[in-house]
Amino acid sequence: MSGANDPYDPKQVAALSQEALGSALELGVAAFANAADLAQLAAVRPDHLGDRAPLLLARRELGALPPAARSDAGKRLNSALGDLKRCYAERLAELEAERDARVLAEERVDVTLPWDRTPRGARHPLTTLTDRIADIFVGMGYEVAEGPELEAEWLNFDALNIGPDHPSRSMMDTFFVAPEDSGLVLRTHTSPVQARTMLDREPPVYVVAPGRVYRTDELDATHLPVFHQVEGLAVDRGLTMAHLRGTLDHLARQLFGPDARTRWRPHFFPFTEPSAEFDVWFPEHRDGPQWVEWGGCGMVNPRVLRACGIDPDVYSGFAFGMGIERALQFRSALSDMHDIAEADVRFTTAFGVEQ
Amino acid sequence: MKVPVSWLSELVDLPAGISVADLDAAFIRLGFEVEDVGRPPVTTGPLVVGRVLDIEELTGFKKPIRYCQVEVGESEPRGIVCGARNFAVGDLVVAALPGAVLPGDFAIAARTTYDHVSDGMICSVRELGIGEDHAGILVLGQGGYVPGTPAAEILGLDDVVFDLDVTPDRGYAMSMRGIARDLAGVLGVSWRDPADLPLPDWPGAPAWDVTVADPDRCDRFSMLALEGLDPAAPSPWALRRRLAQCGVRSISLAVDVTNYVMLELGQPMHAFDRATVRGPITVRRATAGERLTTLDGADRALADDDLLIADDSGPIGLAGVMGGASTEIGDSTSAVLLEAAHWEQTGISRGVRRHRLPSEAGKRFERGTDPDVTVVALARAAALLVEHGGAEVAGAPVDVDTRGPRPVVALDAGLPGRIAGVPYTRAQVVEVLEAIGAEVAGDGDALSVTPPSWRGDLREPADLVEEVVRFRGFDEIPSILPTAPPGRGLTERQRRRRSIGRALADAGYVEAPAFPFLGTVQLDALGLPEDDERRRVTTVRNPLSEEAPALRTTLLPGLLASLARNLARGRRDVALFEHGAVFPGGQRTPAPLPGVDRRPDDATLAALLGAVPAQPWHVAVALTGQREPRGWWGPGRPAGWADAVQAARVVAEAAGAELTVRAGDRAPWHPGRCAELLVGDRVVGHAGELHPRVCAALDLPARTSVMELDADALPAPAVPQAPAISTFPPVHTDLALEMPGDLPASRVESALREGAGPLLEELRLFDMYTGEQLGPDRKSLAYALTFRAPDRTLTRAEVAEAVASALDSAASAGAKQRGAVGEAGSEDHRG
Repeated sequence: MSGANDPYDPKQVAALSQEALGSALELGVAAFANAADLAQLAAVRPDHLGDRAPLLLARRELGALPPAARSDAGKRLNSALGDLKRCYAERLAELEAERDARVLAEERVDVTLPWDRTPRGARHPLTTLTDRIADIFVGMGYEVAEGPELEAEWLNFDALNIGPDHPSRSMMDTFFVAPEDSGLVLRTHTSPVQARTMLDREPPVYVVAPGRVYRTDELDATHLPVFHQVEGLAVDRGLTMAHLRGTLDHLARQLFGPDARTRWRPHFFPFTEPSAEFDVWFPEHRDGPQWVEWGGCGMVNPRVLRACGIDPDVYSGFAFGMGIERALQFRSALSDMHDIAEADVRFTTAFGVEQ
Repeated sequence: MKVPVSWLSELVDLPAGISVADLDAAFIRLGFEVEDVGRPPVTTGPLVVGRVLDIEELTGFKKPIRYCQVEVGESEPRGIVCGARNFAVGDLVVAALPGAVLPGDFAIAARTTYDHVSDGMICSVRELGIGEDHAGILVLGQGGYVPGTPAAEILGLDDVVFDLDVTPDRGYAMSMRGIARDLAGVLGVSWRDPADLPLPDWPGAPAWDVTVADPDRCDRFSMLALEGLDPAAPSPWALRRRLAQCGVRSISLAVDVTNYVMLELGQPMHAFDRATVRGPITVRRATAGERLTTLDGADRALADDDLLIADDSGPIGLAGVMGGASTEIGDSTSAVLLEAAHWEQTGISRGVRRHRLPSEAGKRFERGTDPDVTVVALARAAALLVEHGGAEVAGAPVDVDTRGPRPVVALDAGLPGRIAGVPYTRAQVVEVLEAIGAEVAGDGDALSVTPPSWRGDLREPADLVEEVVRFRGFDEIPSILPTAPPGRGLTERQRRRRSIGRALADAGYVEAPAFPFLGTVQLDALGLPEDDERRRVTTVRNPLSEEAPALRTTLLPGLLASLARNLARGRRDVALFEHGAVFPGGQRTPAPLPGVDRRPDDATLAALLGAVPAQPWHVAVALTGQREPRGWWGPGRPAGWADAVQAARVVAEAAGAELTVRAGDRAPWHPGRCAELLVGDRVVGHAGELHPRVCAALDLPARTSVMELDADALPAPAVPQAPAISTFPPVHTDLALEMPGDLPASRVESALREGAGPLLEELRLFDMYTGEQLGPDRKSLAYALTFRAPDRTLTRAEVAEAVASALDSAASAGAKQRGAVGEAGSEDHRG
């Protein structure tokens, strides 16, 4: 909006005088500085920077001045107006900053409050450790083979060179299945998966078979009647015990750290010849670095190869097996097997991050 | 097998200074796991041999007491009070003199007791810490030791006894002879074979008339008769000490001698009381109905597979397993008939198992004994009985020997190296084979190996390879990682199991694997009807618990037991899952047991694999308490049937399967709160709240909810197809529908979807209402619908038409609109 179109009298242009401009600027600066908050600042703004504020009214008078005086007065006016606007902007920024600081502070929350509205679940450490072991072998090109827990007696024993009267057959503490002639047992080891694999496919064969197995042991701190093994089998041309060692050493390093390795002791398994039990060097053991008994291994007995239709003069193979509970026991310093059998959620959730 | 080092050192020239740790390492290297290294407890101070010079019986006390004068190598005998009575004047005993400290910190001092000063103690075996016997003091005999001699060595107090675990293939190592040979071989030292005995030339006719009717089961049967044995003659202390070190109880001279020879040579023997044997002896199978009372007093029915030693009276022994009571040697036996035979191994195994008679002899026979040493063992035993029991050999030995020639194994000298991955030379191979007692012939690499008589386990080249690798040592084998051909990774099924487990864990369930055994009690608790297929179980013949002899047909009993255990331990909010095999029961064809000399033919193999029942992989959850806990955000949310149903959806989604849900009715679920889970038309499982009676029976909180489904029944997922993502604006509409209370929401939803047509992008139930306004048995469901076209901005008319069509469709399903809520807005303009 423009001001009143008053008749022009050059003698009355006092508003453009040095004194008048200076005084208007001073008043404005003081008013802005005195505004205590944004509302007060907004309230005093029209008096000093609004259309009817002294400096803006004075601008209208410029036209009445003679050209020589106009330029001079214009410079003075613009300077005063610029100073006042800058002063306003600074005060505005100051007050906005104050307001922001105050309001956001009021909105402060306690970020340490819990938000566990969805309870945490977990897979069992045996499951995750089994997966981890399987993945290590899959990474080497192995396939994961499976077999039933309720298994044919022939595959659990006979095919593995454990004849009906073999002493180790009665040492296996087998759960037999009714009726007496069922020909079925709860598998005592994952080794029947070896036989199934060799019956099922032609070499080369590289498989790993994790799974649940059964022995008639009473549950105590160190024994489980139902536990887990992982079985490995490789049948190919020219495989040697050196390859078996290389494979077990690799597994040990992957699971137990770069310094882990295996040590072998001669042993007997009907389905391998030569056979060994192996220990693993476990640097992270809670009682200090040491050898820990872990599993059995050996070269597949030619009698087993023949029973599965593989020519032992052409192919050789190695096999190994170890307890997963056993690995969990020393890897995670587990002291009592009851904890594995009892499914206490406090036990299982403690392994939550292990995937 | 317990191996005293003192005995071993008599047979092996052990290197000077060899330590117990060295021996331990050598045994482990040979494959004999060291179960224990036994050392007698420590005794200090004067412990000496003493001779009893005089015994004064003290009376007037509660029990008879002796005051003895004992010569201990000093100028004067010592007076020692003793409560035992099993000794006489002239006996040599072990005396602990004042200053000695026996095991258990038992300090000996001169003290007054029973009115006499006892200047030491006469010791029992138990007090010395070398045995359990405390019935009397230890009597060393009457001669052989000089009084005053330090007793430690005589007692074996300085000896170490290794307890070795001998694997079942190494029968030969169940003897000092076998252990000594292997140890000498691996240490590279010489040794003395205790079976290398000169056999006397016994005069006269064979001691007994013997026929072996079953030469397949017994290819060598030897006997020797002895007379004039003093039945009261004690076993010498040295013999008793060795038996004790080896864990064998001393019984009588005759029995102790046969046990000693068994430990030494590995040949078990049996002693008959010769006076009680009636007529000729036959080794034969049992015939129908025969019985035998064995040494343990048990009257046993015999199977026709049982091999017997029989005389005119019938069976007098179960060959290789246990002798008969009628011919047992007793307190007055002076004439014995010793038997040493070689039995076929598996027959012994069967007999031991059939009659449940495990024994030291049986253990050796079923692992294989050396048929060469039967007569040697008889000679060794006879010599000991002559020396210590005053016996005389009567007649020549009986020796029925029908053995064939020993088998020869053809071995390529390069094979051990090729199997081990170590370049063994021919000389190294031959050296090892000779060290284990084999005869090796042949030129070049084609070796003809005749394994020794005591190594029946060496039948194939691989068996010989093992011996070479074992003696050369496993540490020589390098570590080389083989290169497998590229694999296929995990199978779809394996990946799916992992996904399911992870999805349930992410949803808050904790994996709780249980033993898969159950019993009728658990099935009854679930309230399963009599004809429920989950009651058709497979049972274990030898269960750990008679209450749980069956294999699970459902995961629920195990899971609910785990739930209860967590509750009992003070948890209130528990959500568990398990996945694993279940074992359906029912009639089956027995699995065949084909031979193992070659691959079974296809038909047999098919029958074999077909006899193993399918064991489907089930998934189950169980939950109780708060599904979401209370917190500073507000109250919690109790777990319920809907969580269980949702768990099934989580599983299906993880498996890539499309699951539908409808009302079901099946134990153990609440009949009004049971969802049937379907894939297509196939029911794959159930979910919902447990029946209140089941909760009561299992002592579980009310409203406990469970889900179980057959993961193997979920079809393989199709490859997901990428959707077309429209960037045109959506139109959001809410609809409220009113309907009978029993109209399933799933019906309404599918009716709406069907009616709304292809423009419907999303549909979601956001509210449900029941109340007086609607009237009884009525409910209202409110849905949010999103419409969008792939290629244009929808017009109001198009949306109105689709909504009208959806409402029509819902109406025909029984749900009517409650009053249009109207268009919720279409602000979302993208692109």
